[in-house]
Amino acid sequence: PSVRSTVPGALAADKLTPYEDVTTYNNFYEFGTDKSDPAELAHTLKTRPWTLRIEGEVDKPVTLGLDDLLKLAPMEERIYRLRCVEGWSMVIPWVGYSLSAILKKVQPTSKAKFVEFHSLADAKQMPGVRSPVLLWPYVEGLRMDEAMHPLTLMAFGLYGEVLPNQNGAPLRLVVPWKYGFKSAKSIVKIRLVEREPVSSWTAAAPREYGFYSNVNPKVDHPRWSQASERRLGEGGFFAPRKPTQMFNGYEAQVGQLYAGMDLKKHY
Amino acid sequence: MQKALVHPAGKPLSWALYAVPLAGVVLAGVAGRLGANPAEKLIHETGEWALRWLWLALAITPLREVFQLPQLLRYRRGLGVAAFVYALLHFLAYAWLDKGWVLDDIVHDIVKRNFILVGVVALVLMTPLALTSFNAAVRALGGARWRLLHKLAYAAAVAVLLHFLWKKSGKNDYAEVVVYALGLAALLGWRFGRFSSQVGR
Repeated sequence: PSVRSTVPGALAADKLTPYEDVTTYNNFYEFGTDKSDPAELAHTLKTRPWTLRIEGEVDKPVTLGLDDLLKLAPMEERIYRLRCVEGWSMVIPWVGYSLSAILKKVQPTSKAKFVEFHSLADAKQMPGVRSPVLLWPYVEGLRMDEAMHPLTLMAFGLYGEVLPNQNGAPLRLVVPWKYGFKSAKSIVKIRLVEREPVSSWTAAAPREYGFYSNVNPKVDHPRWSQASERRLGEGGFFAPRKPTQMFNGYEAQVGQLYAGMDLKKHY
Repeated sequence: MQKALVHPAGKPLSWALYAVPLAGVVLAGVAGRLGANPAEKLIHETGEWALRWLWLALAITPLREVFQLPQLLRYRRGLGVAAFVYALLHFLAYAWLDKGWVLDDIVHDIVKRNFILVGVVALVLMTPLALTSFNAAVRALGGARWRLLHKLAYAAAVAVLLHFLWKKSGKNDYAEVVVYALGLAALLGWRFGRFSSQVGR
């Protein structure tokens, strides 16, 4: 049971990407590097029991079970655009609540400047973890104000149902104004830290994937332009390319977080 | 085996075979069975098959010597032309589906990105080979000059491999690249070994 979100910008008016596409075309390297691998292989992921550890610069470190997390705040439906760094995009109806609800519980100290997210990395359940494509576990990070922004979502479901494993079950981050890889999947640990975390993709290719990775049509990826995107689920071979929007269309809500920053430098 | 290779139906059959991957991806796309991003799939498939046909074309000489099958030579030009046609389709699919035929964007992409540039270089290197793949062109050039010109195939293969490597490097996904790199190293190594043994004699 979820209610429609009242957070400004949380209900995109775009046409939804079909469920079939959302659940069969995934980047989730823990299950392989092909887009079709997660849908084929993620059934081995065991999502219960599941615990989330929250620690670091907090007054009240805690380990929460999945049932505690499901009850922690009211579930909301949010329709977000998802823009992948590879140049394609989807529109997905997520179910979850703002990450800030969890962070407030643990009472961050004054030293907590960044938030680090760790995904599960269990080779027994995740065949992709045996290959050295990335440093495991998958680590992502946000600045504290980004993490506390109401649009930053902890998602537990999509299309009104429990998150399919290939989409990052049982809980994942969704940061709609950043490229998709910033939204860590199957999260087991959240650390509040003083220094800027080094995320897995930044460690792998620092020139290509920066810490911020805000959607930005004016800052190209070294190997392709980010000026436009292919909206999936519309028209087969001829799915239309459309201009990419600054901050993926969430500039009104998040633009002030980056006031005065050189976004070419902090890509 | 030798008889089958010189059978009159051999060449038409080989051409039909070269068309199979393209037909497969187009038909699956029309039927909506290429997944969420059919355009990307079409671009990737045409590119990877261009690479495979080119590698096979370069494998003909080692194969015919190792297996004592000189008749294999009949198929080398066909494979080379298949590699070129797939490479051309790969470029056209990119220009159309990724760039919407906007010439400015395409030119910008080529000059700004080594990964695209080296792919275009490979296509340019293969073009004179495809254009001189007819019997009349072989006769007009003379065998020696024709063979010299067609050594460009090695340069094209190196450019193709680099294009594929740079494409995959951003995602740290080297498994397939390693397979093709080892294949090309073996093909070039075999030729180098034969060349040096001839020189030594």
